[in-house]
Amino acid sequence: MRSFRFFLPVIALVVCHAAWAQSPTYGLGKTPTEDEIRAWDISISPTGKELPPGHGTAKEGAQVYTQKCSICHGTTGSEGPAPMVIKRQNPPANPGPCLAPCIRDGNVMAMHAPYATVIWDFINRGMPFKQEGSLKPDEVYALTAFILYKNGVIGGEDDVLDQQSLPKVKMPNADGAAIPDWKPGQPRPFWPKP
Amino acid sequence: MASKKASRRGFLKAGAAAAAVGAMKTASGQAAVPQAQPQKSLKDLVAYGERSRFVTSVRVPVVDRPSPDQFGLIFHILTPLQEQVGNITPSSLHFVGTHRGAIVPDLDPKEHKFMIHGMVDRPLEFTVDELKRFPSVSRIHFIECLGNHSKPEYKTVQETHGLTSCSEWTGVPMSLLLKECGVQKGAAWIVSEGLEEVKGGGSIRLAKAMDDMMVAYGQNGEPLRPQQGFPLRLIVPGFEGVYNTKWLRRVKVVDRYYMTYNDYGHIQKEEEIAAMTVQWGPKSVITFPSGGQQLPGPGVYQITGLAWSGGGKVRKVEISTDGGQTWKEAEIPGEVHSKAHTRFGLNWKWDGQECTLMSRCTDELGQLQPMRSQLAQHFHEPPDYYKTHGVQGTDNMIQPWRVASDGSVHNALV
Repeated sequence: MRSFRFFLPVIALVVCHAAWAQSPTYGLGKTPTEDEIRAWDISISPTGKELPPGHGTAKEGAQVYTQKCSICHGTTGSEGPAPMVIKRQNPPANPGPCLAPCIRDGNVMAMHAPYATVIWDFINRGMPFKQEGSLKPDEVYALTAFILYKNGVIGGEDDVLDQQSLPKVKMPNADGAAIPDWKPGQPRPFWPKP
Repeated sequence: MASKKASRRGFLKAGAAAAAVGAMKTASGQAAVPQAQPQKSLKDLVAYGERSRFVTSVRVPVVDRPSPDQFGLIFHILTPLQEQVGNITPSSLHFVGTHRGAIVPDLDPKEHKFMIHGMVDRPLEFTVDELKRFPSVSRIHFIECLGNHSKPEYKTVQETHGLTSCSEWTGVPMSLLLKECGVQKGAAWIVSEGLEEVKGGGSIRLAKAMDDMMVAYGQNGEPLRPQQGFPLRLIVPGFEGVYNTKWLRRVKVVDRYYMTYNDYGHIQKEEEIAAMTVQWGPKSVITFPSGGQQLPGPGVYQITGLAWSGGGKVRKVEISTDGGQTWKEAEIPGEVHSKAHTRFGLNWKWDGQECTLMSRCTDELGQLQPMRSQLAQHFHEPPDYYKTHGVQGTDNMIQPWRVASDGSVHNALV
């Protein structure tokens, strides 16, 4: 009902001003309620504006990790079988191929993220295996804090991550993710001259 | 054994009718056409046709990555380019790349909904049937995975190039749906999302969404295959494959780049390389003669293959039979579509001497397909740099095939 009331002035405007360029042409589809949008909208901006209330520390995250993550990512977070989430304590001299760009130990995918919100989003939507989307916001904040602490991005085991502090975390690859412009008909930057 | 039994039963059921047809002589007195032993019941054969038992081309997993992975979820499956004719990939042979989506998601199209929200005047949610009431478009486009890298150790064109496929996609232009929702001032990106376990998706510039993106429900005259996103997928023509979100359930219009589940493949420090990762360059590959094939002896052959570009239409394809020293323009026998596989051919008389075949594509933007050495030079790296490193951006390098004097064909990438 709320959304219907919201659209009354819109409909009035369309009737009064037929040339309004942005009026719907087909009138198909249903207007989702705000609750329906909120239930589906799990995208998290680098600014963190969609982050839900909640908080967590690395200390709390260590417990969640042991219960829900270590079965796939290993007790240390480095040995798998699932991808490495915590840098190795003693990386081998020849660590093998590194995901470009190499960030620190190289193969901790989470450390490539330019924004800490990406790690929150990734854990929230994609973890844990076979129970994806089941974690509570506090657990996601705690696991994010745990991974950032264990990889040396945040200093304290008791640092609290929440809606305000998480987007402010400076990631090691903050300046390592170029966002290229794109326009229709745009060639790639390089091709050989015939 | 179980399947043998089942097919035996199917044969017995269908047997009487088939045998009657098989025994007949034609009116012209010629021998009757041999009848295959049906593997399915006649009812099934009437309902949905199948290919000849003599046609055996199949997809195979990517060579050096397990499909599925140890969690049973990640699949990278290669299309048999060497056995395809024309431009369209049969839907059942389309390549599959899935990070964490089940290989056969079982989605009911009656239950499925697609939502557009965010920086729009009117957020809207559509059923699949509602989307079909909009004016539809059908366009032929390739989809190619970022992982489509040729390597010297790969033997066949399926292994070197099998992560690209081309279909006729049918659906609603994304621009039409966005206009229906009324995009607000300041919007610059969209974030897409699928319905699979991990809700994979990507961040795409709004300019691309308004240009030629599509919400597709059809592929080659049928509903999408489950492995291709049934009931809905995003088509992002010419861009890296992972953007073409399968099992599409949501598009959020936003003001800036978000980074989400499938975006990590694009992370590049240099803006130039990042741009080369987003949109495919001009690319081509010879599918005959190609690695693993055998020429029976000297004589006349048609060299044939596929060319495509994320930048638009293929303008020209050239073929070299002397390792890139001289080039001859190939024929393009069919209609050329933008951002689509384009079949080319060139008649060639093989004299029985060892030689190296190559093709290169020029697209409508004037972009030319490079050699690996040219890319290395551009990035001030030694010519053999790519022996130990991946190419910058999406890999559209020229693929050489060596025809040995015994007629065997080999990957000549070094």
